[in-house]
Amino acid sequence: MSVSKKIVNDFVANGIEFVTTVPCKQLGGVIAAVEKETSIYHIPSNKEDEGMGLCAGAFMGGKRPAIIMQNTAIGVTVNTLVTLTQFYRMPLPMLISYRGELKEPVACQVEMAVHTKALLNQLNIPTYHFHQPGDEQELDAILKYTFMCNKPVAILTDATFWGGY
Amino acid sequence: MIRSEIIRDIAPILRDQLVVCNIGLPSQELHMIDDQASTFYMLGTMGLSSSIGLGVALAQQKTVISIDGDGSVLTNLGTLPTIANNVADNFILLIIDNGSYGSTGDQPTYAGKKTSLAAVARACGCENVIECHAEETGVVLQAAIDSKVMTVIVAKCESGNIKVPVITKDPVVIRDRFMNEVVRTDE
Repeated sequence: MSVSKKIVNDFVANGIEFVTTVPCKQLGGVIAAVEKETSIYHIPSNKEDEGMGLCAGAFMGGKRPAIIMQNTAIGVTVNTLVTLTQFYRMPLPMLISYRGELKEPVACQVEMAVHTKALLNQLNIPTYHFHQPGDEQELDAILKYTFMCNKPVAILTDATFWGGY
Repeated sequence: MIRSEIIRDIAPILRDQLVVCNIGLPSQELHMIDDQASTFYMLGTMGLSSSIGLGVALAQQKTVISIDGDGSVLTNLGTLPTIANNVADNFILLIIDNGSYGSTGDQPTYAGKKTSLAAVARACGCENVIECHAEETGVVLQAAIDSKVMTVIVAKCESGNIKVPVITKDPVVIRDRFMNEVVRTDE
C-alpha cells in the first residue's frame, strides 16, 4: 500500500471526514488519495487561513477536520492558528510538506524551512517530523493525540520521507 | 440605516438559526442586542466568518447564517469561489456592506468605491446573489432561509457605529454553547 493511502486510511480510522487542501507537489499523492476517499469531504481552499476557517466550522458542525498544506503556510496562518484554532481550543491535524529540507532543488524554499520549526515552537504547536520512510507509523497515535488535546498539531513530512523530490 | 440598525432589525430572524458573526463591532452589536447561544462570535481572525459558516453548514443539516462585512470579505476574497463550488443549501452569507472598515474607524473599502461584491460573487460562480437596500434585509434574509437554497446577500447600508461593550465571554464558552446548539433537537 502506498504511503499516501496509509495516511488517508489513518485519517478515516480516526473519524476524519472533512479535509481541506492547498496543493504542494510533494503532497500530490495524498491529496489525490483524499479526493478518492468517499468517506471524506474534500474541499480545496484558496489559502490556508481560509482552510483553517473551514476546518473550525466543520469541527463545530460535528465533523473531524484536517488540513494538508505546505510549510510556507505557517507564514500565512499565524494569526488564524492563534486567534481561532488555539483561542477556541479546536483540534486540527496539519499534514505539512516540509519544503526546503535535504534534497530540495528550489533555494527559496529553504528560506521558509529555516523558520518552520522555530515558528511552530514559538506557537507551542506540538510538532512531529517524518524524515525516514516508515515514520508514518506514528500518524495514528498523533491523530488520537490531536483530538484528545484539542490543539493544532503539525506533522512535517520532508523530501527524504517521501523518497526524494 | 447603519449596520447596527440592520442587526437590530434582523435579530428576531437570527434568533432561531445558527449564526457565525464577524469580528469586532458586528459581533459586539449582536451580542448586546440579542445574545444567543446559537451565535458563534468571532473574537479574532478577520475575514473568516464565511469560511467558518460554510464549514458548519457542510458538516450538518441546520441552516447557518454567516454575517460578514464588505471589508472582511475583501480580506478573504478567495472564500467566494470556495462557496460557489461547494454548494451547501443550508448556508446563507449575509454581507453587510457599509463601504467601510467600521471596527477600525470607518476607513473606506473598495466595495464602497468601484468594486461590487455582488458582481464578484456572481463572477465566482455563486448562483443566488441578492443585493438589497438595508431596509429590505429582513425580508430578503427570511426569504433566503425559507428557500433552502444557498444564498449570498449583499445588504447596502450607511457607514457609522454605535457605542458597544466588548465581548468578555471566554472563547471556549462561546464555542461550547454554539456546539450544543448544533446538536440540540427541538422538543
